[in-house]
Amino acid sequence: MSEHIVPRKVYFVVFGALMVLTALTVFAANIDFGVLNDVIAMTIAVTKAVLVILFFMHVRYGSRLIMLVVVAGFFWLAILMVLTLSDYNSRKWVEQRVRQSTIPSEAGR
Amino acid sequence: MATHEIAATHHGPAAAHAAHVPAEHSAHAALAHHFDNLEQQREAGSLGMWIFLAQEVMFFGGLFLAYVIYRTRFPEAFAAASNHLNWKLGAFNTAVLICSSLTMALAVWAAQVGRTRRTQVFFMALTGLLGATFLGVKAVEYYDKYRDHLIPVRGWFHWEQPLSANVSEQNIQMFYWIYFAMTGLHALHMIIGIAILLPIMYRAWKGAYSPEYHAPVELFGLYWHFVDIVWIFLFPLLYLLGAHYAGGHAAAGH
Repeated sequence: MSEHIVPRKVYFVVFGALMVLTALTVFAANIDFGVLNDVIAMTIAVTKAVLVILFFMHVRYGSRLIMLVVVAGFFWLAILMVLTLSDYNSRKWVEQRVRQSTIPSEAGR
Repeated sequence: MATHEIAATHHGPAAAHAAHVPAEHSAHAALAHHFDNLEQQREAGSLGMWIFLAQEVMFFGGLFLAYVIYRTRFPEAFAAASNHLNWKLGAFNTAVLICSSLTMALAVWAAQVGRTRRTQVFFMALTGLLGATFLGVKAVEYYDKYRDHLIPVRGWFHWEQPLSANVSEQNIQMFYWIYFAMTGLHALHMIIGIAILLPIMYRAWKGAYSPEYHAPVELFGLYWHFVDIVWIFLFPLLYLLGAHYAGGHAAAGH
């Protein structure tokens, strides 16, 4: 019946991990990995966020209903990102197709 | 009582559970009358807070989306503008916020296990001070941007460094719009956070929170950690994105 109480040791370990990951993200940003720089930075940020959510925010010890709300929140964000970016990034394809279909007719004039 | 027992046998565990409610209500002053037990009450509070936070994810999500779109459009301008931010202050503030999350987690812990009001207030005060430190550093950064004419307002904004071929001043200004919108909204959340923390601290000092009842402390903790998470993403995206270009840009300046 009683609330799950997270031992203080867990908080200190998570705190240490967050500090180490912060140092790591600064270190990694100063090395040129090409496109991987963003992947590394975001992987570290997501890892830190998950640690905060699971332990500081007690979701690991919470009910499935709360886990569902948390996942749904970020899933909705993913929908926002994926649908909008697929629109922005595919506009060039349409422009290219329009150009390809108009250039031959102009050449044939 | 006879009717309760009959109901229990007919309707199974739910009805049997309801039959126990009066006993628990009389045992806990902390239990509101519309909840069956303390666990359900806690769960409902957390659930409500998480639904609010899911909405906050959307609130900040729009700005993150704007960042991604403009950055993919103007990658060089964003890298150059980002390099002008002081990453050391950003990293310091990241550490300050992580420390404040730890002290807030410990404040919740102190209330959960029934430590003295002094201990509870101590951890809350530490959280508030770290939050104020963050805002102080942020104010210094904003002042630097003001001094360097980087507030993205027409007639004020001016980029004094040399621009490389694909970069216009407007593109750089776009970065600063997004920088101020995102960090400004985040700082507003910190200010609101401290404003909410103060009355909770006052009530903690009055001894309001116990292992049975500490919902405000727990739910405020969720809010505070969420604001920390936003910064965990803002720091690498705004301060570090151009770090490895730094050498290249210095060379391009010649």
